[in-house]
Amino acid sequence: MLNALWQGKTLPVLAVCAVLAVFWYAGSVWLNADMQRDAFANAGKTDFTMAELIEGTWSQERPKLPTPGQILVELNKTVLDTAPTSKRSLVYHGSVTVSATLLGFLIGSVLGMGLAVLVVHVKSLDRSLMPWVVASQTIPIIALAPMIVVIMNQFDITGLVPKAVIAAYLSFFPVTVGMVKGLRSPDPLQLDLMRTYSADRSQIFMKLRVPASMPFLFASLKVAVAASLVGTVVAELTKSEDGGFGARLLAGSYYGQTIQIWSALFAAAACAWVLVTLVGIADRLVTRAMGARP
Amino acid sequence: MVLSKSASPVIETSELSLTFETGDGPVHALSDISLTINKGEFVSLIGPSGCGKTTLMRVIADLEQPTEGSISVNGMSPHEARLKRAYGYVFQAPALYPWRTIGKNIALPLEIMGYSKEERAERVRKGLELVNLTGFEKKFPWQLSGGMQQRASIARALSFDPDLLLMDEPFGALDEIVRDKLNEQLLRLWEKTQKTVVFVTHSIPEAVFLSTKIVVMSPRPGKIHDVIECHFPTDRTLDIRETPEFLDVANRVRQGLREGHSYVD
Repeated sequence: MLNALWQGKTLPVLAVCAVLAVFWYAGSVWLNADMQRDAFANAGKTDFTMAELIEGTWSQERPKLPTPGQILVELNKTVLDTAPTSKRSLVYHGSVTVSATLLGFLIGSVLGMGLAVLVVHVKSLDRSLMPWVVASQTIPIIALAPMIVVIMNQFDITGLVPKAVIAAYLSFFPVTVGMVKGLRSPDPLQLDLMRTYSADRSQIFMKLRVPASMPFLFASLKVAVAASLVGTVVAELTKSEDGGFGARLLAGSYYGQTIQIWSALFAAAACAWVLVTLVGIADRLVTRAMGARP
Repeated sequence: MVLSKSASPVIETSELSLTFETGDGPVHALSDISLTINKGEFVSLIGPSGCGKTTLMRVIADLEQPTEGSISVNGMSPHEARLKRAYGYVFQAPALYPWRTIGKNIALPLEIMGYSKEERAERVRKGLELVNLTGFEKKFPWQLSGGMQQRASIARALSFDPDLLLMDEPFGALDEIVRDKLNEQLLRLWEKTQKTVVFVTHSIPEAVFLSTKIVVMSPRPGKIHDVIECHFPTDRTLDIRETPEFLDVANRVRQGLREGHSYVD
């Protein structure tokens, strides 16, 4: 039984989690101890035991580093115990973020694939467009996001769309790069074969380049969906009035609510994990249908 | 002799040359190739690596352009012949698309050439039967052995029923046991379909066993050294390789290869 667990993933993952938790709790003590001593001093309490000090560092209201336990309690409160429609619910904020993420991912993927098709088929675009695609990613998104929001506001485009555009801005790039590589992956032999049938360009594209690019596409879609979530969260720091994980992070840092910040981070990470997993499942379904070895 | 039947040329080349311009200067891949291949012949091009046999095949298939001389395929330029889908090409590797089943791979040229769905299904069935792969239609290439994959690629090349079959060392990557078996099967196939076959190899027994005409080539620059006719009975089996007649022809081929400086150590 135990052996089987070791051979699977469960026990190693649990072991790593346990080690992390130990370090985390120790870190909480170390980082929060000064504040706890001050708190005891203010309360006129001078003779406190080590146990009391540690106990105190793990139960502060605004610790420098909250414990995993505090974060879980906060997550439980804001995810399960709060009505999903409430602005205090992480489910509400999560749905705001995920909807912008998905729209941005959709726009970014379509744009990314479109650019890849152009780059592969039009030689001059390979030279002229690709440097811009690369350059676009050297601009820090945190600097660009407010400008996109302001400019789109000017055209009365508000709400979901500006955030999705920022998410798309981050997610099209891996898709373009991966898809270009994928569309170019057929070897000379596979291309020669098409030539012997005097296949035209669209047939070569549909029957050779596109299927050959699928593994590359899915690898980059996984990166893109995570990047899309990051883009959305950054956009929400700029556009916090609509809510979302970014707004939660911002509000938390205004009021020094570190537990709130950490729980928003955890929830965002969990969403990213779910999204990447979903793309992974789609990947497996498609490659299985395309005859990959199980 | 076969020539008495009105021999109609399928491939005619005259003083054909091809020079690749490389960083290290020109490479004369083909030089002064004049060759006629008639309908229904099985012609082997044999020679060591670098003698231009594959290049000649690629020129016939319009995958390379000659720099000098003339060539016609079915009385047209190779380009026109390719656009008319005059030939099926079998490469050294099976080159099956891994995301397609064996059946779908065989149907690939048919899809490209716009055959109807029913027609495709019928031709795939016949193709599988022809190369003894019935029952493997739904398998993916990785589920088949190398020899089976190469047979599938032969079925694919024949699926649209071209009169000309170009085979570039199709069995070069296979072990000798499988190779012998496929040689026999190919001979039966040729007998049955009456195709014109051009076959590249560097195996002397393979060339002698299969061919009606053996073209011995020599390298640097790639040119024709000798052309040997051989006419064994069409229902021959591998046993013929022990007969004096067979060994005579094989010796002449070996002699030709030696004279062409192919065996310089």
